[in-house]
Amino acid sequence: MIEFRGVSKSYDDGTLAVSDLSLTAASHEITVLVGSSGCGKTTLLRMVNRLVTPTSGQVLIDDVDVADRNPVELRRSIGYVMQNSGLLPHRTTVDNIATVPMLRGTPVREARQRAVDLMETVGLDPSLARRYPWQLSGGQQQRVGVARGLAADPNILLMDEPFGAVDPIVRADLQRELLRLQEELGKTILFVTHDIAEAITLGDKIVIVANGGRIAQQGTPAEIMANPVDDFVTTFLGLDESRSLHVDGDLVVDPSGRPVGRLA
Amino acid sequence: MKWILNNVGTITDATWAHLWLALPAIVLSFALAIPIAWVASRFRRSRFTLLLVAGLIYAIPSLPLFIVLPLILGTSVRSLINVVAALGLYGVALMVRYAADALDAVSNDALLAATAMGYGAWRRFFGVQLPLAGPALLAGLRVVAVSTVSLVPVSALLGVNSLGMLLTDGFQRGIFAEVLSGIGATVVVAVAVDLGLVALGQLLMPWERLALRRGARHSTAEDKRVVAA
Repeated sequence: MIEFRGVSKSYDDGTLAVSDLSLTAASHEITVLVGSSGCGKTTLLRMVNRLVTPTSGQVLIDDVDVADRNPVELRRSIGYVMQNSGLLPHRTTVDNIATVPMLRGTPVREARQRAVDLMETVGLDPSLARRYPWQLSGGQQQRVGVARGLAADPNILLMDEPFGAVDPIVRADLQRELLRLQEELGKTILFVTHDIAEAITLGDKIVIVANGGRIAQQGTPAEIMANPVDDFVTTFLGLDESRSLHVDGDLVVDPSGRPVGRLA
Repeated sequence: MKWILNNVGTITDATWAHLWLALPAIVLSFALAIPIAWVASRFRRSRFTLLLVAGLIYAIPSLPLFIVLPLILGTSVRSLINVVAALGLYGVALMVRYAADALDAVSNDALLAATAMGYGAWRRFFGVQLPLAGPALLAGLRVVAVSTVSLVPVSALLGVNSLGMLLTDGFQRGIFAEVLSGIGATVVVAVAVDLGLVALGQLLMPWERLALRRGARHSTAEDKRVVAA
C-alpha cells in the first residue's frame, strides 16, 4: 500500500506543484492518476521513489516513510516505467531489462536468463534480445520498459505515461497486455496518464488531479462516471454539454452532428 | 630521397621519440579533462570560470611555457616530463570544453531512467553518462590528439628529440629533404594516432558502430527523403 499524507511540493520560483494532498493506493490494484499536463501527477509519482522530495508531508509504503529509506536501495525495490521508455541507448534489450538485478548483484548470466524469460512474459520475441533500443519500434521499446520495471520482481510498479508516445492501436494492445499481466502478477501499480479513456480502461481506482496538485475526485471508474462532483470533472470526463450524445440511425453523434461512434 | 634512405634509422628513432612524447600527453589530457569537465557540467556556476581558465591556458605561447614550466615542476628544461607536462596542459585546456559539452549533451531521459533504476551517483557517471558522452568525447579527443602531435616539434628548439629535430637540424644544415621528411612523418604520425583513436572508439562503443553502419540513427527513411529533397 502506498499512502500520501498531506504532501506538498513547491519550487523555488513559487510554483506549487502539489498542495496538501492525501491519497491511498491499495495493494495489488491499479491506481491511475489522471489530469492535464502540469497538474502535478508526475511529481506525485516521483515522490514514491524519492526522485522528488516533498516540501512537506510524508509518503509511506506499507506504513514505512520512504524518507527513512536509502534512496538507491528504495529505487531498486520499485519498478519504474517512463514515457519514451527511458531505455539506456548503449545497452542491448536483454541488458536493459537486466539492469536492476545486475545493480543488485545478481550474477550476469542469471540476470540475462531471467531477462530473456521476461521478454516472453511481455510479448517480445527473444530474437530481439541482442538489439539496441534504436533498433526497436516504439511499441517494442515500451514492452522492454515494462519488462525492465518487472525484472527485480518489485511489489510496486510506477508507470509515468508509459504508453503516451505510441500510436492508438499499439497503445490499446499494450493496455490489454498490462491488464493480462496484472491478472497474473497482482502488483501495486501507480499509473500516470493524461488520457481519461486510458484511466477508465486500466484503473481499479481513478484519481482525477486538478491543476496545482489537488484531488478533484477519486473512486472507481463507475463511481466517477455516475457522479462527477463538479464541472471540472464533468468536462474532464467529456460528459459536458458539448459531448451530450444522441443516436442518429446506427450512428452516435455529438450536438454538432459529428459521428463519434456506432451502436453495437 | 637519398637523404631519407640514408637516414631511415634517424627518422624511425625520431618517430618513436615523437610518439613517446605525444601519447602520454594525450592520455594525460583526457584523464585530467574528465574530472574538470565533470565539475563544470555538475556545478553550473563553475562552468564559466573553468572554461575561461582553460581558454587562457591555451593562449600561452608554447616556447615560453616549455621554459617556465621546469621552474614550477623542478625538472630540467630538456626533461621528457617537462615536455609531456606542457603538451598535456595544452591538451587539457582544449579537451575540457569538448568534455564539458559532451557530458552536458547526454540525454536527460537516460540519466533520469538510470537514477530511477537505482544507480548511485558514481555508477551512473561511469556506467551511463560517460559512455553516452563517448562519441562526443572521442570527437574532441581526436582534435586534441592531432593538435598535440603537431605541437611536439616545438620541443626540438629545446633540444628534445622528436620529428621536430629533423626540422631544426634540416634548417641549420640546409638539408631540404630532412625538413620535408620531418613534416611528412609528423603528418603520418598524426593520421595514425587519429585512426588508432577511431578504432579504439569502435571497440569501446559497439552501439555507435552499429548505428553508423545502418545509418538509421534518429531519422526514418522518410526523414531522409525530405532532407535530401
